[in-house]
Amino acid sequence: MRYEAPRKLKRAVALLSAESGVARVLAGGTDLLVQLRSERIEPDLILDIKRIESMHAIAAERGGYRIGAAVSCAALGEHAGVKQLWPGVVEAATLIGSTQVQGRATMAGNLCNASPAADAAPALIAAGATVAIAGPGGRREVPAEAICLAPGRNALEKGEIVESLYLPARPERSGDAYLRLIPRSEMDIAVVSAGVSLSLDAAGRCSAARVALGAVAPRPLRVEAAAAALIGSDLDEAVLAVLAAACAAACDPIDDKRGTVEYRTEVAGVLAKRAAVIAQTRAGGAA
Amino acid sequence: MPLDHPQDLTIKDFKIVGQRPLRPDGIDKVTGRARFGADMNAPGMLVGRVLRSPHAHARIKSIDSAKAEALPGVKAVVTGADFGAVKDGLDDGMLDVLVNCMAQDKALYDGHAVAAVAAISQTVARQALKLIEVDYEVLPHVLDVDAAMQPDAPVLHEEAADESVPAGFSKNVVRRYEFGHGDVAKGFAEADRIVERRFKTEAAHQGYIEPHACLAAMGPDGQAELWVCTQGHYMVRNTCAALLGMDASQLRVTASEIGGGFGGKTTVFIEPLALALSRKAGRPVKMTMSREEVFRATGPTSSSSIDVKIGMTREGRITAASGELRYQGGAFPGSPVEFGAMSAFAAYDVENVKTVGWDVVANRPKQAAYRAPGAPMAAYAVESVIDELCKQFDLDPLSVRLKNAAVEGTTSSFGVTYGKIGLSATLEAARAHPHYSAALGPNQGRGLACGFWFNFGGETCVSLNVNADGTVGLSVGTPDIGGSRASMCQMAAEELGIAYDKVRTVVADTASLGYNDVTDGSRVTFASGLATIQAARDAIRKLCGRAARMWGIDEDAVIWEEGYAKPAGGNAGSFEPLSLAEIAAVSARTGGPIAGHTEVNADGAGQSFATHLVDSEVDPETGKVKILRYTVFQDAGKAIHPSYVEGQFQGGAVQGIGWALNEEYIYGEDGRLQNPGFLDYRVPVASDLPMIDTVIVEVPNPGHPYGVRGVGETSIVPPLAAIANSVSAAAAVRMTHLPMSPPRIRKAIEEAAGR
Ligand SMILES: Cc1cc2nc3c(=O)[nH]c(=O)nc-3n(C[C@H](O)[C@H](O)[C@H](O)COP(=O)(O)OP(=O)(O)OC[C@H]3O[C@@H](n4cnc5c(N)ncnc54)[C@H](O)[C@@H]3O)c2cc1C
Repeated sequence: MRYEAPRKLKRAVALLSAESGVARVLAGGTDLLVQLRSERIEPDLILDIKRIESMHAIAAERGGYRIGAAVSCAALGEHAGVKQLWPGVVEAATLIGSTQVQGRATMAGNLCNASPAADAAPALIAAGATVAIAGPGGRREVPAEAICLAPGRNALEKGEIVESLYLPARPERSGDAYLRLIPRSEMDIAVVSAGVSLSLDAAGRCSAARVALGAVAPRPLRVEAAAAALIGSDLDEAVLAVLAAACAAACDPIDDKRGTVEYRTEVAGVLAKRAAVIAQTRAGGAA
Repeated sequence: MPLDHPQDLTIKDFKIVGQRPLRPDGIDKVTGRARFGADMNAPGMLVGRVLRSPHAHARIKSIDSAKAEALPGVKAVVTGADFGAVKDGLDDGMLDVLVNCMAQDKALYDGHAVAAVAAISQTVARQALKLIEVDYEVLPHVLDVDAAMQPDAPVLHEEAADESVPAGFSKNVVRRYEFGHGDVAKGFAEADRIVERRFKTEAAHQGYIEPHACLAAMGPDGQAELWVCTQGHYMVRNTCAALLGMDASQLRVTASEIGGGFGGKTTVFIEPLALALSRKAGRPVKMTMSREEVFRATGPTSSSSIDVKIGMTREGRITAASGELRYQGGAFPGSPVEFGAMSAFAAYDVENVKTVGWDVVANRPKQAAYRAPGAPMAAYAVESVIDELCKQFDLDPLSVRLKNAAVEGTTSSFGVTYGKIGLSATLEAARAHPHYSAALGPNQGRGLACGFWFNFGGETCVSLNVNADGTVGLSVGTPDIGGSRASMCQMAAEELGIAYDKVRTVVADTASLGYNDVTDGSRVTFASGLATIQAARDAIRKLCGRAARMWGIDEDAVIWEEGYAKPAGGNAGSFEPLSLAEIAAVSARTGGPIAGHTEVNADGAGQSFATHLVDSEVDPETGKVKILRYTVFQDAGKAIHPSYVEGQFQGGAVQGIGWALNEEYIYGEDGRLQNPGFLDYRVPVASDLPMIDTVIVEVPNPGHPYGVRGVGETSIVPPLAAIANSVSAAAAVRMTHLPMSPPRIRKAIEEAAGR
């Protein structure tokens, strides 16, 4: 097993592309090292991206923020600007693991690890975030929901590295929120989760919305029918019931050690409702 | 001499006992200097690893290790056949231990060891495991206790049942136990109301942080050393000597520091394999379990299925109680159902009571002790039914328990008549505590439950050496799993009248001290404490003798008072008192070293009772529980070191919270364990918990010189019940299946709404 820690992104891409065996990018390592220690993977090359300086930057860009792939969740949690603009995304990042885990873990790693239960995924999908990918063929930018294809399988091609995440600008009177159900209070994996982002018009009615669910299907889901239920409404009980029903209808979960099909389907709606109300409050609307 | 009557010293103005000095092992533990099981190395050491069955139940048709043995760097391979020579000489219990450590003709559970290798590195050992070819014939398996009792269930052993089991039962039912007195039919006829319910609890693991680890070294002459993380190194010595066909004297076992045991380290798993590998390879072999191995192949507690029936008058008097308890203890006989059946109603004075326990085998790892083995599940079922009756009659649950509480003179449901016990005192303490009357909010509930544990004394041997510089070295043979070295130092210092930090306590190896039972049964502060006190008194007698010699007077004319030898009254003569240090300094001239010894099979351990009070809140839409407030009231007899008594109370409550809410062994259809790791085997994390408040009640145990009762186990008996009562109140539905994970609570709420 070889370990490389290049200082330049180009070099990193070159090393990855040249590797004939199994290669893995190392960001925080909070997934990767666990997989190594449990002997689930035996890579030939470990490519650490933390020495690449540009990957540690959080930069304002076109009214939003670009977040380097090596930015830890803890660093993100202390960034006043991102917190103010996308509180739901930051709350997802700072739910991951524990204080210690957040000191290492990255949002990009969370997405690339491609767990259907990854906490950052629904929040990023709801936020309409995009992902910048560097590779041997150049740079491409894809929506966050395009990264996870199936449990443990992401959309990156050979030699590709996620370079940064982009959180877009948003209109005034916008808010987002992320909620997950874990049986404990931390150090756990979502049994089901929901992210909601919405904007209100001057009258307090929902003018735009995105809803995403985690751990209820082989990949994090964007639920357009649920978002449609919110748009044009002021999130009254009846609307929230439609939202919950749309979420339940989108669920395609499994029975496993973390929860049952029945439970996940039901609680997805409960969390989506609650997240929608929090997002509405954050947007300055009626609670 | 008054020293021979320890009871006379029960009430005493303690100087050191009852204080909270720093523990002698504390600095090492917080700085990382402490050496645990995996921290020992030896020159030329090999790495030992185990190949484990992926099947829950399979016949082992053949094992071919030739390829593994041929791999460069592999120094030894061991399979069941290597233990063939000793098998015939073992009794049933020991044979089960052997077969559990290394499968013979069948793999009996997912994770069962089928072969072990010793190699020069982890990598080579891992490769070697992949090269061992095991030909399995997969057999049908059974996991659930009720399913295993069905007549058509897959059978694990043809001949494991004894004559206590009536004809017609599945061969998986291996023992039947019965306890009680009176006439339950008559008692139920006298009741105003009877509640009968069935409860289930899932298997939980002790969840100690330190995985099993050991370093074994056997020379060509057969002399062997074993460094091991265990609760009882004498047990390890005797067991390993038997399984390897060695003389006990040839095997010296040293106990490492221990990162938790809770009963799970009262048997052996990898130790005989490490010794067998070392014997074969001629080199030291270190073995360390991974967390996954700990979950799959050590000794979790039983899962259970329990029916409880209780009759009560409308005034709250229990007229009759009966219980039928079924525990699966994994693939071998020995589930703690006997203790469950004995302890179920032990907290109450019931005229007509009967319990029946069924010990059942299933395709799971052989259970090991877990704090108060068998009692928490039984208490859960019993205390839930009492709670329900209190609700139906609208009676205060605390008053009802007080009304029925066992007291001095009560004949318990398992036959023993109690001496001085503290159950009522814990209930009174709970009633007086502000927690009992604090207000509750919406979706919140309060639960109360009592618990009992027998406690144990057992074989104990202690040496106390008085050093020439006036300090004292104390050797005990009971591994320190909860601060016992501090308590031993306190008791020795108290007796000798010297400062706490003049005493150093070590856990001696098996060659240095006589046999000691395992650290279990909440016995150490009681039994090693009693032995320490007696060893100190033995040393005092000798110190008095030396003083007599120094003064040239009769031995009987010297007394010991507050750390000094003094002439006994005017007739003895007039001499300046001599301190321990002064006598020790000249011991070479007065007869040589001074030491006190005790060898005892201690009884009189004294039962400990507890009352737990807990508030919880349930989110009715998600079924998630939050524990809001928790208070433990327990009788410690006498708290030698109150911090470590409180630590036991808190630890028992927290492990109980885990067991009640989220911890469980989850198996797939294929009989494989689905959650062999702390991510999905959910022990509570710190942020899940409120501060666990503790109230130490002290009703001295007449069987101990200072009144000590063991506290380590009783503390895990009430939590399952107390939390279930609290959650049932908060969710407005009786929870009859543990753990009460969010999906189970949602389902119960939904079913209740649908009714
Ligand atoms: C104790 C503990 C608790 C946890 N709790 C949670 C939790 O609550 N919620 C949750 O969602 N997760 C949790 N996790 C999982 C993990 O912490 C998160 O998924 C984390 O965000 C991963 O980020 P990382 O930087 O550590 O990724 P790494 O482990 O470094 O990488 C993860 C995967 O992504 C790949 N990768 C990483 N960065 C890139 C990149 N820039 N380009 C291409 N591929 C890349 C790696 O090759 C690897 O396959 C927990 C883990 C632990 C150990």
